[in-house]
Amino acid sequence: MIVAESKPIKELLEMVKDFKKILVVGCKGCVTVCNVGGAKEAAILASTLRISGRKEGRDLVVGEHTLERQCDPEYISELKDIVEDYDAVISLACGVGPQFLSEGYPHKKVFPGVNTKFMGGAVEHGVWAERCAGCGTCAIHLFGGLCPIARCSKSLLNGPCGGSSHGKCEISKEVDCIWDMIVNKMMEQDRLDELVQFRPPKNWTTARDGGPRKMIREELVK
Amino acid sequence: MDDFKPQIVAFCCANCASSAAKVSHGMKKALPDNIKIVQVPCTGRIETLHLLKPFEEGADGVYVAGCQEDSCQYISGITKAAKRVEQVKGILEGLSIEPERIEVFHMSAGKGQEFVEVADRMVNTVKGLGPVLTA
Repeated sequence: MIVAESKPIKELLEMVKDFKKILVVGCKGCVTVCNVGGAKEAAILASTLRISGRKEGRDLVVGEHTLERQCDPEYISELKDIVEDYDAVISLACGVGPQFLSEGYPHKKVFPGVNTKFMGGAVEHGVWAERCAGCGTCAIHLFGGLCPIARCSKSLLNGPCGGSSHGKCEISKEVDCIWDMIVNKMMEQDRLDELVQFRPPKNWTTARDGGPRKMIREELVK
Repeated sequence: MDDFKPQIVAFCCANCASSAAKVSHGMKKALPDNIKIVQVPCTGRIETLHLLKPFEEGADGVYVAGCQEDSCQYISGITKAAKRVEQVKGILEGLSIEPERIEVFHMSAGKGQEFVEVADRMVNTVKGLGPVLTA
């Protein structure tokens, strides 16, 4: 999933300080799963904004609505009869959501309610960790099913580096050295020889280095 | 400020705090009349939104009265509630509202005197802070 975290409330208040009618839009996708932008969190932010209005003596109208997803135009259009009643919209989706809302309702001022962090998963309840860097050419099978691009601090494809110590990365004792894990995994699977095979340099044009990306599936295009 | 009578909502665990309330009633200890009690089967059921809503609706303070940490009937109910109270304290601070307006208290079923003392303490704290409205 895409993992995000709430923006500090002070930052959000500053963003919307000039508006009296604010719509908080949640998303039932990734941000619901990582407990930052679903219906529950939309209700919490809406309530927080109303309390702020009460404290400041402002006549603030705050609405809340949660869409199935904010990354598909058909769900964005669900807001067309609702959004007109508001001056500003706060999206609690990942960075995709506020952009789709801005494109769908170009005359509305749309604000991001969360900071999008990374693609990852829940390693325990309430703890998420990065697992994918979206490089566009997945090669985790070459590394024992572990991604050195997302999980090595240097994204090394030929680690470990000299900063690996007792299974930890030099940047922090909290960070596992993924190359230590890769080598151990390959040894367990009796595949260590695969790590010394010559491989050409990775083609990074499929990653962000190739500019903004787009994917077209001709069989799906109408 | 002397005339200010804070409105306070108390979320009380049905197992410990509510039993303490009954004991206090038996002891003829009166609870302040500006405390509104919301009884819950377990304080672990109290969501962040439940704690915010009273402030939205006009309350000046909120508290959770639940079990001792080591004697929750549902094992971790009061621990979860305490974490949510901490979260709401953070939200209130973000709004420049005093975090002391929300607290969590641990109590045993037989502590009727403590139940009333906690209520009085909360009333006094919030009365000292004044109303939420600053404008």
